[in-house]
This record gives sequence, structure tokens and C-alpha cells, in this order.
Amino acid sequence: MAVQKEKTPMREQKPEERIKNFKEVPFGYTDQEAVVEAERCLQCKHQPCVEGCPVHVPIPQFIQAVKDGNIESANQIIKSKNNLPAVCGRVCPQEEQCENVCVMGIKNEPVAIGRLERYVADYNMERGTSQSGDEELKKDRIPALIGKKAAVIGAGPAGLTAAADLARYGLKVTVFEALHATGGVLRYGIPEFRLPKDIVDQEVAAIKELGVEIKLNVVVGKSITVDELFEQGYEAMFIGVGAGLPRFLGIPGENLNGVYSANEFLTRVNLMKAFKYPEYKTPVVVGKKVAVVGAGNVAMDAARTAKRLGAEDVYIVYRRAKEQMPARSEEIHHAGEEGIEFKLLNNPVAIHAESGRVATMECQKMELGEKDASGRRRPVPIANSNWQLELDTVIIAIGQNPNPLLTSSTKDLKTKSWGGIEVDSDQQTSREGIYAGGDVVTGAATVIKAMGAGKTAAENIKKYLLAKN
Amino acid sequence: MYEILAKEVLAPTIKRLKVKAPLIAAKTEPGNFIILRVDEQGERIPLTVADYERENGIITIIFQEVGYSTKLLGKMDKGDFIQDIVGPLGHHIKLDGYQKVVLLGGGSGTALLYPKVRGFSGTEAEVISITGARTKNLIILEDELEQYSDRLFIATDDGSYGHHGFVTDILKDLLEKEGDIDLVVAIGPVPMMKVVADLTKKFDVETIVSLNTIMVDGTGMCGACRVTVGGETKFTCIDGPSFDGHQVDFDELMNRLNFYRDEENLVYANVVEEEK
Ligand SMILES: Cc1cc2nc3c(=O)[nH]c(=O)nc-3n(C[C@H](O)[C@H](O)[C@H](O)COP(=O)(O)OP(=O)(O)OC[C@H]3O[C@@H](n4cnc5c(N)ncnc54)[C@H](O)[C@@H]3O)c2cc1C
Ligand SMILES: Cc1cc2nc3c(=O)[nH]c(=O)nc-3n(C[C@H](O)[C@H](O)[C@H](O)COP(=O)(O)OP(=O)(O)OC[C@H]3O[C@@H](n4cnc5c(N)ncnc54)[C@H](O)[C@@H]3O)c2cc1C
Ligand code: SF4
Ligand code: SF4
Ligand code: FES
Ligand SMILES: [Mg+2]
Repeated sequence: MAVQKEKTPMREQKPEERIKNFKEVPFGYTDQEAVVEAERCLQCKHQPCVEGCPVHVPIPQFIQAVKDGNIESANQIIKSKNNLPAVCGRVCPQEEQCENVCVMGIKNEPVAIGRLERYVADYNMERGTSQSGDEELKKDRIPALIGKKAAVIGAGPAGLTAAADLARYGLKVTVFEALHATGGVLRYGIPEFRLPKDIVDQEVAAIKELGVEIKLNVVVGKSITVDELFEQGYEAMFIGVGAGLPRFLGIPGENLNGVYSANEFLTRVNLMKAFKYPEYKTPVVVGKKVAVVGAGNVAMDAARTAKRLGAEDVYIVYRRAKEQMPARSEEIHHAGEEGIEFKLLNNPVAIHAESGRVATMECQKMELGEKDASGRRRPVPIANSNWQLELDTVIIAIGQNPNPLLTSSTKDLKTKSWGGIEVDSDQQTSREGIYAGGDVVTGAATVIKAMGAGKTAAENIKKYLLAKN
Repeated sequence: MYEILAKEVLAPTIKRLKVKAPLIAAKTEPGNFIILRVDEQGERIPLTVADYERENGIITIIFQEVGYSTKLLGKMDKGDFIQDIVGPLGHHIKLDGYQKVVLLGGGSGTALLYPKVRGFSGTEAEVISITGARTKNLIILEDELEQYSDRLFIATDDGSYGHHGFVTDILKDLLEKEGDIDLVVAIGPVPMMKVVADLTKKFDVETIVSLNTIMVDGTGMCGACRVTVGGETKFTCIDGPSFDGHQVDFDELMNRLNFYRDEENLVYANVVEEEK
């Protein structure tokens, strides 16, 4: 049988329909499509794909199980390394990770590892078989650690992963989360149409079943401090508080009505469900003409969300060129299909008002100059090229810094100049017993990298506690 | 879920609730606030912690029913549960180092003022409180203010109680007659805080205002609460809520507070409709 050169396509909602709803865009594989795709895997002996995955999911093994029609065991195989497969299968930048090094990808398209992972996770969730069996779990337990207390701060992917692994070792784990809901960016940032929130709920429920206790509405550093947690008998701690402090441009007019940070806009819509207003009571005002400043994943999410809320014209305004946009190509492609317009090589210099509300954004045209330190050609302003873009709403999506609430209230916790927590290769901070990982260490990165850091930290917390006793 | 232990109606639209929230009660200082969500569909709204009992794990909130969420909260009773409460948030205010402090609250701003009056009463400063409202039955917390203030002045717009006029008239009078006031704290409607700040500037007296910006998370994550203070953008939830009144751009604040008026009125109209 000839090899199928391309990935088995995944059916998805048509652009003209999906811009009218918040339902997930791709539908996922059917059983048959999954087997067809699984057949493409070459079962390479040296398994480069596994190396490409930050948490080392045993990829060929789980794909083999799919091929054999044993989807439950495929799930166990994935779950041995990845606590959030339904999330990762959807939002991992696979093209840069596992699929980037897939042998099949040298001559053809790589195996659709992410889509298969998603298929396995969804299959088992639908049938209630996504949990690891008790027997399976017992084998990770370490008698010397059973019943000892560990605290995890932040219920984003980094914290949830660390919590799950620590619980598997037999520790009594409590997660403290500032918001009224779990998930971190998975809940408040990534929109429903890319990651349905009931999937986040189910993944979190699975983690709770491991015995992890989650305390919501606790801002560590305000409601309770790290030192008080130690006093309460927690012997080790993992900090995964993310990078949630939005950056602004610092241009005139940024505090006008109608200017949002991407965090605020997405939080209103996702966490607070403003897309169901007035059933849910948090308002969001989007207007007819919306510009999103920035071109990363966050910008694409904000733009596509604005479109779904009824905006007619949605622009991505970015000061560099197309090749330099940091978003995943799939997201840029989806945004394009949905009618988002790209105003590239344009730098916003001011936002102007009419009766207190955004009316136009003044942009300066740019051209590409010499390469800068990052190796990208630097955008340079073109003199006398300013023009006005007519708008109702501006959404600033140019990145986030770590939030200082926790670090500023914790003595002797070393941070870098931009606010990130300093750690060594074990994810250990400058303070004994405190480990950290995810966006608060790296700056805004990816879900799977945050999870990888959570795993490494859990492993080292285990070693630390064993050595201590 | 957070249980309501007691409820009291202070004025027709101003209510006081005591709520079980041990973690918050243990940590609160005057000037801190909480964010709550009344129910699963609710928005997150900030309210000042008006009082607290550390030993019993209880906090008190006092609020004026101005729209949908406060109205819904006002309908809740002893024994009911509030979905979410998080806090204490924001910086508490610096109390030490003053000799004579004047604190003014207008309308429900008095509720926000009260914990600070109580805070200053524990210092060596002389505490002068001024409270005001449109009319007599809207004056709240008179007994509590009386208890913690060295002097208390009351003003009503219609003259039905105390001074006939505004709280700022009384402040002006004090500033003119008593030269040794070293701090003024003003909390209330934005136009009132603006008038106070303009007034105290002339007398060169330090002035603290507590800002009521729109908030979502209250932890520095969204930027909804940004204000311009001294030409710089600040986040009210983590940099405030108290700021130097002489530096705040009140016009911008007023504009931002009105951004969602149409949407707010829509849900409010629905709840009022349901009542009929
Ligand atoms: C809009 C958007 C889209 C994205 N899309 C993708 C994508 O497609 N693929 C991808 O791989 N990555 C994506 N990312 C990046 C990815 O979501 C993050 O890298 C990842 O979530 C980081 O995980 P984390 O656990 O470190 O932090 P977070 O997810 O930020 O979680 C931190 C948690 O800690 C809580 N917290 C903060 N401070 C405290 C405190 N003091 N006390 C208690 N709790 C606290 C926060 O409320 C939050 O719940 C996206 C990010 C955004 C914003
Ligand atoms: C730090 C702080 C402490 C506060 N303390 C108190 C208090 O102790 N007692 C009290 O009565 N009020 C207090 N407020 C004001 C209170 O939060 C608002 O009155 C309340 O949110 C109005 O909500 P609503 O749905 O009832 O009314 P709406 O009709 O929705 O809004 C009425 C007005 O309140 C403001 N508002 C709306 N939504 C929000 C929001 N999410 N956050 C903040 N303001 C909003 C807007 O200006 C709006 O026009 C405080 C505000 C802040 C920022
Ligand atoms: S977790 Fe992400 S990187 Fe790892 S195998 Fe799955 S999709 Fe690939
Ligand atoms: S590299 Fe690709 S083809 Fe090889 S085992 Fe991994 S997924 Fe299969
Ligand atoms: S309320 Fe979100 S940053 Fe202040
Ligand atoms: Mg409201």
C-alpha cells in the first residue's frame, strides 16, 4: 500500500459559519480517520518525536495502540507523561515540537501526532475511561512521602502538572489559585472555540481524583504568604503563577474608553463568559471596527474573538512583516479565513478620541532595515507616513510580564530584571524547598513547556523531600 | 461559598452584610478591599472591607445598590451564600505620622471611609470626620463614626439634618480656621473627590483619595482599573486603591466609569422588570 503523503485532514466548521458562534473550529478525528492516520507512523526505533516533546510522551507506543484499536491503553500510555492530553492535542505548537522532528515529515507531511493525541483523550473522556486505574497509580507511590504536605501556587498548566505528579508520589497536595476558577490561561486566555472549557473542567477533575485539593480565591502574597504556608506544615512548594501583567504601548490615548489589554478583553469573554451577555452579567463592548495590536497567538485569539462578537472589520496591526509574526501558522491561517485583515509594517503612535471614546488610531508606516540582536530585520519608521485607522476598539496584545504580587511579598526569592523568578536546572529557586516553573520563569511561552517545568519540579521536590528525611 | 451571617439595612439602598471569610479577616487592614461574585453568572465587583473580626473570621461589607450586582447582593439574606470572595486586595493606607486628620465621605463613600476612621482612631492623630448625603435618612454609620472620631460633622443637601449644604463646605471652613490639618482623606463620588482635591491644593494639605475604578480580577492581570496619576498609568487594584489626590486625572476616571453604562442599564432594567 502506498504511503499517504499528507496528514489525514481534520474536518472543521466553515469560516462563514464559525464566525457566528463560539463552538470549537475543528471536529476531531473519527475512529476510522484516527486509524488511517496511525497507520502512517513508521514506528521508528530511535523515536525522534519523543525527544521533540517537552514531556516525552511515548508517541510511537500510543500510536501503535491506536492502530490496534486499543484506545484505552493508548490513553494510559499518554497519561504516564502528560496529565492534560486533551489540551495539548489542541493547543501545542506541534509543528515546532514532536511533529517537527517526525521522520515521516522528511519527505512527506509528519504524522499528525497532536490530532491523534486529541482523539485518544476525547475518546476516553466521552466514555469516562480517562482516569488511570488505581493499580496503575499505586506503583508511583513512595512510602516515605505518603501524607507529607506540598503546596502549589497557581492552577495553570504548570501548577496542575506539578500537583498531579506530586499527588502520584503520595504527597498531600493543595493548590492555591487566585481566580474563582482553575486553568490559568487555559481558562481566561485561550478562547472556547480553540479549547472548550468543559475539556479544561474534565482534565482538572481527573487531577482532583488523584487526591489534589484545589483552593480557589486565594491570592498567595495577599490572602496568605509563602512563609505562612511553611508555618502551616507545607514542606515544599511549587510556584506557577504565570506571566499575567499586561504590557501597554505607552502611547497617548491608551486609557481611553474602548482600549483593552488582550488579557482584559479575553478574560471578560472567556472567564466571565461575556459572550453570553446578558445571561452572564459581565459586559464587553466590541463595536464595529476593531484593531488588535500585536501578532502572536494572543493577538490572533483576540481578533477572532472580536469577529465572533459581531465586529465587522477586524485588523491585526503589527510593526514588522508577515514572516516575523510570532503566532502559529495555523492560527494566522484560521484568522485569515475568518476575514481578519493584516495591517503589517504599521506602528501605532497615538489613539485619538471622539467624546471620550476611541475614534481613530494613528499609525506610522514602517520598512524593514538591518537585522537586530534577535536576528530579525528591524522595522524602521518611514518619515511623514502617518495615517489614521478608523476604529471603535483597540486591543493591545504585545505581551505580558510576571505579576509582582507574589515575588514582592516573598523574602529572598531572587528574580530577574524583568520580574521572572530565577531557578536552576532543577527548577529550584533561591529559597530552599521552593521550586518554580512555567511562564513566571520563562516569560510568556507555551502550555507544554509550562507542563514540562512542572514535571521537572515535581521530580526534584520528590528528591528534595526524600533527602531531607 | 461564603455564608452571610447577618444583614442590616442602613438606609433604603444601603446594606451591611457580615460574611464568614476567615482567611480575609485574618489579613485585612484599613483600606483593603475584596472582590466578590454573587452567583455563577455574576460579574466580579470590588467592595471595601468595612470592618473585620479576626477572632471570629468575619468581614463586614457595606454597599449601595447602584446597579444589577449590588441590587442582587442586597436581596440576599442571612443564611444565603455568596459564590466567591477573594482578598484582601490593594494596599492598606499608611496611618502613622499625622497629627490632625480630616476624613470626608459622601453618600455610600462613608462606608469606605469608616474603616479608615477606625484605623486613624488608633493613632495619636486627632480624627475629624465629615459625612454627608442628599437627605437625612441617607446618612449612614453616624453612631460608628461618632464613636471613633474626635469630632463629627454632618451635612445634607436639603438641610434636613446637620449643615445645609455640602461636606466640602465644612472642609473649607476647617481648612480656613484650623491651620494644623496635615492630612485629608476623601472618599465618595468622583466629582466630590475632585472638588476636595482642588480645595486642599490651595491650602497645600496632603490629600488621599480612594478610587472606585472598574475592576475585573483585582490582581493586576487585566488593566481594566488603570488610572493616570501624576502623568503615569497606574493599576488601581495593585498600586492603589488610595492615591495622592493632587495627582489623579479625575476626568479620565469619570469617563472610564461610564464606559459600560448602556450594558449595565440593560441588565438592571431586566432585574427591575422581574420584580414587578
Ligand atoms: C491568549 C493566549 C493564547 C495562548 N495560546 C497558546 C497556544 O495555543 N499554545 C500554547 O502552547 N500556549 C499558548 N499560550 C501560552 C500558554 O497559555 C502559557 O504559556 C501557559 O498557560 C503558562 O502556564 P503557567 O501555568 O505558567 O501560567 P498560567 O497559565 O498563567 O497560570 C498561572 C495561574 O496562577 C494564578 N496566580 C497568579 N498569581 C497568583 C497568586 N499570587 N496566588 C495564587 N494564584 C496565582 C493565575 O490566576 C493563573 O491561574 C497562550 C497564551 C495566551 C494568553
Ligand atoms: C476598590 C473599590 C472599593 C469599593 N468599595 C465599595 C463599597 O465598599 N461600597 C460600595 O457601595 N461600593 C464600593 N465600590 C463600588 C462598587 O464596586 C460598584 O458600585 C459596583 O461594582 C457596581 O456594580 P453594579 O452591578 O451594582 O452596578 P452597575 O450598574 O453595573 O454599575 C454602576 C457603576 O459602578 C461602576 N462599576 C460597574 N462595574 C464595576 C466593576 N466591575 N468594578 C468596579 N466598578 C464597577 C461603574 O462606574 C458603573 O457605571 C468600590 C469600588 C472599588 C474600585
Ligand atoms: S504533548 Fe505536545 S509536543 Fe508532546 S506529543 Fe503531545 S502534542 Fe506533541
Ligand atoms: S518520528 Fe514520526 S514516524 Fe517515527 S515514530 Fe515518531 S511519529 Fe512515528
Ligand atoms: S482589576 Fe484587573 S488589573 Fe486591576
Ligand atoms: Mg454591574
